[in-house]
Amino acid sequence: MRNVTVYITLKQGVLDPQGKAIQESLNSLGYDEVKDARVGKYLELQVEDGPNLEERVKVMCDKLLANPVIEDYRFDVEEAVRS
Amino acid sequence: MKFAVIVFPGSNCDRDMYHAVKEVLGEEAELVWYENSNLADYDGILLPGGFSYGDYLRSGAVAATSTVIQQVVEHAAKGKPVLGVCNGFQVLTEAGLLPGALMRNEKLSFMCHQEDIVVDNNQTMFTTNYLQGEVVRFPIAHGEGNYFCDEETLANLKTNNQIVFTYKDNPNGSVANIAGIINKEGNVLGMMPHPERAVESLLGSDDGVKLFQSIIQNWREAYDVASV
Repeated sequence: MRNVTVYITLKQGVLDPQGKAIQESLNSLGYDEVKDARVGKYLELQVEDGPNLEERVKVMCDKLLANPVIEDYRFDVEEAVRS
Repeated sequence: MKFAVIVFPGSNCDRDMYHAVKEVLGEEAELVWYENSNLADYDGILLPGGFSYGDYLRSGAVAATSTVIQQVVEHAAKGKPVLGVCNGFQVLTEAGLLPGALMRNEKLSFMCHQEDIVVDNNQTMFTTNYLQGEVVRFPIAHGEGNYFCDEETLANLKTNNQIVFTYKDNPNGSVANIAGIINKEGNVLGMMPHPERAVESLLGSDDGVKLFQSIIQNWREAYDVASV
């Protein structure tokens, strides 16, 4: 079994009003050093090990997990730790 | 003309859509549950508004993977009319039947009110009963109606006259004020405003009636000359 961690973010240049609101909130709390905030998604998948695993995860991202029109993604694959 | 109104878990404008075509326009219509559907017998497909699958992941994303949407893709490939309103528009973009994406409204809030909508292309099977440039009033009701596409896609939309409806006063930050677009082939329309909620003047506007009349008339002219 593999743990796949997927990080999805809005593309640069795509307006992120949620991130903007968070940045302004941090600024209003006195954290003036925060100049930008971007909101994304974090997914954990447990995937059975098999051939072309990385390629298959990439297709999963393109088909469903991310929308390539507005989002970028990256993912890490790690050996699942047996509990 | 026989319409299918596709119902997903979380659809909530399905009965408004059904009411518009069945009771106001007097055509045949059925509510079709997404699971056990066979769209072969229907002439027009209507994807209603709502929150299919609770908008999980992204609005429309999960519904776009359903087998009924595969059938909608086949139906569209035959040139038959497909109309997606609000969440239906989101499903159509997620399914790749229309370009671009619908994002959170620029000001983050859910908006629900009447908007002035400009008919930018009255040469589609959905809009022939409107005048070019006519301003109509449709309700909007969405939190994620901010249409986005890259510049190349926008240039293509303009070149091919695919921008069918625009907002007079852009409420949500959409690129080029876009409220509704059509596919290149001209038979799949997606729009955020709700024409099916504008079919009786008693309820504020009947400007949506002409949209459904356009579909029905154009379909009859193309497929069903005998019954005219």
